[in-house]
Amino acid sequence: MLISLFIGCYNDTLFPETGKAVVAVLERLGNRVEFRQAQTCCGQMHYNTGYLGEALPLMKHFLDVFRTAETICIPSSSCVAMIRDHYPKMAAGDPSLEREVRELLPKVYEFSELLVSKLDVVEVGASFPHTVTLHPSCHSLRSLHIGSKPERLLQHVRGLKLLPLPAADQCCGFGGTFAIKNAEVSAAMLAEKVQCILDSGAEICTALDNSCLMHIGGALSRQRTGLRCLHLAEILASTEAGASK
Amino acid sequence: MSVRVGDAAAAPDFQKAAKRLIANTQLRHNVRRATDVIRAKRAKVVAEVPEWEQLREAGHRIKEHTLRHLAAYLEQFENACVRAGGQVHWARDADEANRIIVDVVQTAYRNRAGSISDQMEVIKVKTMTSDEIGLNRALEAAGIVPHETDLADLVVQLGEDRPSHIVVPALHRNRAEIRRIFMEKMKLDELGERPEDLAEAARKYLREKFLRVRVAVSGANYAIAETGSVCVVESEGNGRMCLSLPEVLISLVGIEKVIPRLEDLEVFLQLLPRSATGERMNPYNSLWTGITPGDGPREFHVVLLDNGRTNVLRDAASRETLDCIRCGACLNVCPVYRQTGGHAYGSVYAGPIGAILTPQLQSMEHSTSLPYASSLCGACYEVCPVKIDIPEILIHLRSKVVEQGGAPLAERLAMKAASFAFAGKGRMEAAQKLTRIGQWPFAHGGKIRSLPGMLAGWTAVRDLQTAPKESFRQWWARREQNHDLQRGASS
Amino acid sequence: MSGARDEILAAVRRVLPISSSSREADYAAIPRAYPVSGSLDQTARLDLLEERLSDYNAAVYRCLETGIAETVARALSARGKKSLVIPRGLPRKWLPEGFLFTTDDGLTYEELDRSEGVLTGCALAIARTGTIVLRHSEPEGRRALTLIPDYHLCVVDASRIVETVPEGMRAIAGFGPDPVTTVSGPSATADIEMIRVKGVHGPRTLDVILAGD
Repeated sequence: MLISLFIGCYNDTLFPETGKAVVAVLERLGNRVEFRQAQTCCGQMHYNTGYLGEALPLMKHFLDVFRTAETICIPSSSCVAMIRDHYPKMAAGDPSLEREVRELLPKVYEFSELLVSKLDVVEVGASFPHTVTLHPSCHSLRSLHIGSKPERLLQHVRGLKLLPLPAADQCCGFGGTFAIKNAEVSAAMLAEKVQCILDSGAEICTALDNSCLMHIGGALSRQRTGLRCLHLAEILASTEAGASK
Repeated sequence: MSVRVGDAAAAPDFQKAAKRLIANTQLRHNVRRATDVIRAKRAKVVAEVPEWEQLREAGHRIKEHTLRHLAAYLEQFENACVRAGGQVHWARDADEANRIIVDVVQTAYRNRAGSISDQMEVIKVKTMTSDEIGLNRALEAAGIVPHETDLADLVVQLGEDRPSHIVVPALHRNRAEIRRIFMEKMKLDELGERPEDLAEAARKYLREKFLRVRVAVSGANYAIAETGSVCVVESEGNGRMCLSLPEVLISLVGIEKVIPRLEDLEVFLQLLPRSATGERMNPYNSLWTGITPGDGPREFHVVLLDNGRTNVLRDAASRETLDCIRCGACLNVCPVYRQTGGHAYGSVYAGPIGAILTPQLQSMEHSTSLPYASSLCGACYEVCPVKIDIPEILIHLRSKVVEQGGAPLAERLAMKAASFAFAGKGRMEAAQKLTRIGQWPFAHGGKIRSLPGMLAGWTAVRDLQTAPKESFRQWWARREQNHDLQRGASS
Repeated sequence: MSGARDEILAAVRRVLPISSSSREADYAAIPRAYPVSGSLDQTARLDLLEERLSDYNAAVYRCLETGIAETVARALSARGKKSLVIPRGLPRKWLPEGFLFTTDDGLTYEELDRSEGVLTGCALAIARTGTIVLRHSEPEGRRALTLIPDYHLCVVDASRIVETVPEGMRAIAGFGPDPVTTVSGPSATADIEMIRVKGVHGPRTLDVILAGD
């Protein structure tokens, strides 16, 4: 299958390894990946902070770039939530935009959704002999209703031991610009999440979103916990031959 | 007309208030513990109800319908209530409501004694609406002593404090603090520390007031348009005392409390107790219509209150804020409230519902920090019994703050810079290059430990990894080049 | 103040769009996909109500309709009580010999406070939530009667037990303007560290006699 990758602005700049991992996994499963260089950002940061006027051109640009794509893979559940929940609202009142959004939505998949629901695969040939706990980000939980797809993928990784995360459904405190505008509360929420991750006994915390992981990983590093974060894609890309660092 | 929501207009920004409260370890412990308990209870009793989603939808639609025809329902309620012997007053704002209530109380005492010579007192049943309008202060200014009779409100009143939760207002106090307050204010030489001892002390202190005081003030959970009836939902029995023992009863009712018919309670009396206190049914519900000779007050007054509610109605995108049935479930599940408690919201209405209601009542003046007091996690929307889409309304209110020029300059510039960068491939790549260059002074060993300005909060508790030398798109372009070369070589 | 009334109604009308359909039609269109009726028979409803009442730590007695007076006597003896207040119109055949029953013909609040307790029937009960519904007219009496005394002994007629809250509310809607109080266990508060304390105001002890098969 030809799969069009939307990497997302912050992954592109800060977490290119996640993108590389997505490409590696999809190609390993016999798919072809394309990357449309004109892509930029889905507009979530602007939209959520109240800059609706600035978010609209970003949506239109996204629609332009991906109009001819058939299957779009996005390794970020928050970007997918933005597109599913808010693009229809932003397009409301403009019939041609509404139509474009309607045509776009069925083509958009978060990475684990793509693997499990579209490609119908849970075993991707991965090997990762570590203890791992999964933080289910708010968007994947409450917008995408992702269910057990990430767990099922992790359970088929050779050598991986999946440990439950206490109070898993509690927000990590990132919330985009919330972490900047309400830094104190964000730090307090983060402290609880870090405590839960430490309590899980796992060495690595994974998630579908590098936004959460950047925030959580930043604290794990600052506190010298010896734990680290890794996006789900990078775990799935890991093989005996070339383990993800 | 001036809308007042407690002291919200003068309250500090959420961020400032939160910073101070986060440092209070007792508060955080109390809030965490209390919300953990109610959350677990709610989850258990909701799981028992297979039709929960259908009930939520019905509750949502009944409220939406009522608001759409609100004027007609208000008139219907007034007519029915008056026909049954009640008196209906209308108050445009807090001051007007206070004036009306003070007037009724003074008249009641004057009528009894021939002059206002008795100490004027009122007993009060829990009503957040009275906190909203600052009723106690107005009563005291007129020489009337108000007595709160809900245990938690009593704790707050005697402790000269403010409520911090919709349903459990003294959640921020533990038993030792309550015992101290009771001993001091009830003048008790000794008092046990168990919750039973404290409840017993409250019972004795209040009982003599219930049997003696002749005027009561209540709120209302539901005002039924068809019959002119009022319904009050409670647990302790002080409501029943205040509603049926005194001679004069005044009920302060926000105009959004109206529901069309008595049968509609079949939905709300399933949604409310399970959401608010995690019970199948709360201990007492009182339902009455006007005056009943020989049973209860001989004078019944309803004060219908606007105080900014018509402001909320004005905006179709956020009108459903008025659907709220004051269950408090959103507070119990909110990860932000969990860290700060209710006082951070600077308003009688705290938590997620407070973050959207307070600014709207005040037409977005003051309280502009409240729409940002959320990480948009969506947990509130999941538990709201009437399906208020709080995250969506928060975003809508944020756009109003931005539109009205309330966003800080640094942020506006950063947002403009970002949307400029995201306009297309060329600009995006240039911005990425700038980021890699610009981070250089802050980067040590692949990590950034300290950033200036508005980003300082981030690095206060987190390391930030530096942006890698090669972005994903650069890597892809390089890979494509290599593939082309390989293809070229093999052809 | 008609000024305020007119202003508020005008403000409300101004900000709400005019509805194209009638209020009644709109109301009828509200989806009510939740179940209304229950599926339990009378005995099962009785059992469920008893279970729920016991959850509240109410003492529950069961008897046939003919055995009410005898059961009242048993309940009072178990509580060490010799007298109760009763509302006007309470069935005489419920009253056992050997106890003093005073009819509420305008007792003062102090007299009610000094009493040992009150005996009433109830208009209906809701099994699923363990709720007793008091309709305040004869023969259940005015509200103060079941509020001030510290002990309430309530007789529930088995044929008046419904299963669900919607069934209960629809019955209540037919009561007209009589005040109604629903009682689901004794009063309680969880305001002190979320620890539930039973019995704040209102009768702290509730005994229930379920009469009928």
